Amino acid sequence: MIGRLDNVVIQTVCRLLIPPIQLFALYVIAHGHYSPGGGFQGGCILGASFILMVIAYDIKEAKRMMSEKVNTILSSLGVIIYSGIGVVCLILSANYLDYGILNKILPVTIAEARALGIFGVEVGVGITVMAVMVSIFLNLASGGEHGETEE
Amino acid sequence: MRFLAFIAVIITGALLIYATVDMPNWGDPNSPANIHVSPRYIEKTIEETATPNAVTSVVADYRGYDTMGETTVIFTAGIVCILLLRRHKNDRQT
Repeated sequence: MIGRLDNVVIQTVCRLLIPPIQLFALYVIAHGHYSPGGGFQGGCILGASFILMVIAYDIKEAKRMMSEKVNTILSSLGVIIYSGIGVVCLILSANYLDYGILNKILPVTIAEARALGIFGVEVGVGITVMAVMVSIFLNLASGGEHGETEE
Repeated sequence: MRFLAFIAVIITGALLIYATVDMPNWGDPNSPANIHVSPRYIEKTIEETATPNAVTSVVADYRGYDTMGETTVIFTAGIVCILLLRRHKNDRQT
């Protein structure tokens, strides 16, 4: 169990650093289309920012913002987003994960529909990676004690 | 027993090194990996997937199933960690 670390320097630096880290993670996910990056990398950076918050503050503080239940829901939500986009393509009478057909339900061209489909997939990957990283870290750091025992 | 394991490791390593003799040279443009699907991916990326980055088009479009499998693997790892590590109040009392 990680106890409270009352160090003003560490807490202030982390409070200043965490928003740019999360912004950079979102940039890596959103710009993974045209530059190096993508869901896995961006999700890892996003998860690392939460882990930094746990280390600098308290595990209870972090859990108030991101509880274990939310984490589990988010990790499955990412996989659902990914496979859901594939199923939507299947329903619109194309191959599984053939994003071009999405222009039937979105007011965009085929090229933009493909870009949006890949972006949605990357967002799903990012959500899953972030939630799983935070969940594994919280489980290891707290010895698996969650829920009603904490309050 | 340790000696037998050492012999097994030596033999396996020798077989692996022997197999590398048949491999194509590093970066050989005529190797099977470079003449089968790679030219198709490089030439038809814009035409077929409308994605300017060939890496993205391979990862998320041509090999979309593969990336979905990777995501599922990560999800499974997280679920297994929760199953193994999480404890509830009732578990400790027994």
